[in-house]
Amino acid sequence: MTLLEVKDLAVEFTTAEGVVRAVRGVDFTVEAGRTLGIVGESGSGKSVTSLAVMGLHRGAAVTGSVRFQGTELIGAPEETVRQLRGRRMAMVFQDALTSLHPYFTIGDQIAEAHRAHFGTGRRAALARAVEVLGDVGIPEPARRAGEYPHQFSGGMRQRAMIALALSCEPDLIIADEPTTALDVTVQAQVLELLMKIQQDRGLGIIMITHDLGVIARVADEVLVMYGGAAAEQAPAETLFSTPRHPYTQGLLDSLPRLDAADGDPLHAIPGSPPSLLSPPAGCAFHPRCARYAAAPEEVRAVCTDGRPPLRLVAEQHRSACLLDPPSAGRTTHQEVTA
Amino acid sequence: MTAPLLTVQDLGMTFPGGNGTFRRRAGIRAVDGVSFDVRPGETLGLVGESGCGKSTTGRMLVRLLDPTAGRVGFHGRDITRIGQRELRPLRSKLQIIFQDPFASLNPRQTVQQIVSAPLRAQGTEPKRIAAEVRDLIRLVGLAPEHLERYPHQFSGGQAQRIGIARALATRPELVVADEPVSALDVSIQAQIVGLMERLQRELGVAYVFIAHDLAVVRHISHRVAVMYLGRIVEIGDKREVYERPAHPYTKALLSAVPLPDPLAERRRERIVLLGDPPSPANPPSGCTFHPRCPKAQQICRTEAPLLRITSADSARQAACHFPEG
Repeated sequence: MTLLEVKDLAVEFTTAEGVVRAVRGVDFTVEAGRTLGIVGESGSGKSVTSLAVMGLHRGAAVTGSVRFQGTELIGAPEETVRQLRGRRMAMVFQDALTSLHPYFTIGDQIAEAHRAHFGTGRRAALARAVEVLGDVGIPEPARRAGEYPHQFSGGMRQRAMIALALSCEPDLIIADEPTTALDVTVQAQVLELLMKIQQDRGLGIIMITHDLGVIARVADEVLVMYGGAAAEQAPAETLFSTPRHPYTQGLLDSLPRLDAADGDPLHAIPGSPPSLLSPPAGCAFHPRCARYAAAPEEVRAVCTDGRPPLRLVAEQHRSACLLDPPSAGRTTHQEVTA
Repeated sequence: MTAPLLTVQDLGMTFPGGNGTFRRRAGIRAVDGVSFDVRPGETLGLVGESGCGKSTTGRMLVRLLDPTAGRVGFHGRDITRIGQRELRPLRSKLQIIFQDPFASLNPRQTVQQIVSAPLRAQGTEPKRIAAEVRDLIRLVGLAPEHLERYPHQFSGGQAQRIGIARALATRPELVVADEPVSALDVSIQAQIVGLMERLQRELGVAYVFIAHDLAVVRHISHRVAVMYLGRIVEIGDKREVYERPAHPYTKALLSAVPLPDPLAERRRERIVLLGDPPSPANPPSGCTFHPRCPKAQQICRTEAPLLRITSADSARQAACHFPEG
């Protein structure tokens, strides 16, 4: 069952220095019980995409279509979005300490969400808060519900955020870098918890992260974003085994891996991510692209002419590269000489 | 075997606990009994989770913090108790790179001023400084036209290159790199790691590379020390620590890192530790890892294990009553 269908989503901000085109036409769907991983570096547009889906894009111009369980959210009255947000779709943010209110107890904050959406009485809502805190593995939930965010450790706070998201039994959870601020042993616990909850309740999850390891761990489908647009989209196994877009390939080649042979060199991608204020003409990746650099002048002119569309390159596998050869060839960057 | 460049013995740092409401709180032992050597031209990786004392250790190595116990020897000479005047000439041989390149570069100085500062402090002839700075800036992959710009005009990766150029200006023998790539995007991390490796080959500089990212540390290090709650729990040759970890914490830490490979991820045996790392203000008794350790026995609750060689065929050491590997 399709929970969320996003088509041609674009987000623009007007700043003093000009218009920032943070997201430039992104398509994806999220199915119930499945996890879509959105991966990208800073400025790729991955977080802005999620905020736009949730209707949390203050001051930005959003166009395109976001259909959640059949309801169009773009252009919908604020009240419609408000009734869904936190109820049918919920968000888990990276930094639980700034996302939770420091003056209210954890239990009160969870209960408040429940009361707002269901009109539950104070006592029943608090009981519900204690229940979900228990569900996410917080020991002594009845006592901990009476504590404030600063009394929780980083991992426990992130669990409390997940409890808050779960309290109204949503169908979709958007998790934006939920484990980035956590230590790796605690990250493993939180990912485990999210996967267990998904299994138990058939939730759809959007996992936004820069960490390809986290994507490999939890995602069924993956969307790779670069410079505000989709670079590649594929089932997770396909993406990691046969990446097609030169950016995805470059990203995987530049990653030090625990499972690599000892002494394998890293192949860095030269240059830096593009500025969204003045993005390069054509394909946003071309100034850093090994395939572009290797192609003859007349062939690669397409890379600067216009933005390459996402094209089907294999079953369920899309890549936005006009130089992408029909059979999966791989151009790697030479060993980094910095 | 060459003589060690740096000898760290029983290093400790206890931060004062501050004032409680009615009485002074006990101090916080951030680092406790840390010992290791660094040989010329090698990289020692220092890994651990937040609060394990790895950065505090790094700062003590270059005397940005004065240790409360133990000693740091540089070329056999104890530098922990020498005064600032004696320390000054040594500073040129011992440098540090920080995590946040922007926070560690003065925003009101040009790159020229930033990179030349250590040379001026060292008393290099003014005539030679300009040429040296140009060489340095090329060495780290930037161009001389960058010299008149200010830090905010650079990307994170470029700013880190400036920090590296400054650290290398006085031709140090040892550079402590404290999370030098963790603020950078993945595609940029590889550039900086590659640069540091090349500089080591060309200049023979030794690194103490501090990071929480186990894959980066594995890539760049020759030897690795794993810290937990202020102590080294395992230290040895990189290959042994990563391929045959002896300490249950090292093992759990490695198994917690998600691999960028969905098939391998699914097949993998994972040790998920319970709970969070405890606070150094109130460390557990005995082996400080015991409350989270899947192998803990009675002795672990009462007796702190010493760091020792665990098997006859290697120099790797682990602090565990029941080591593996």
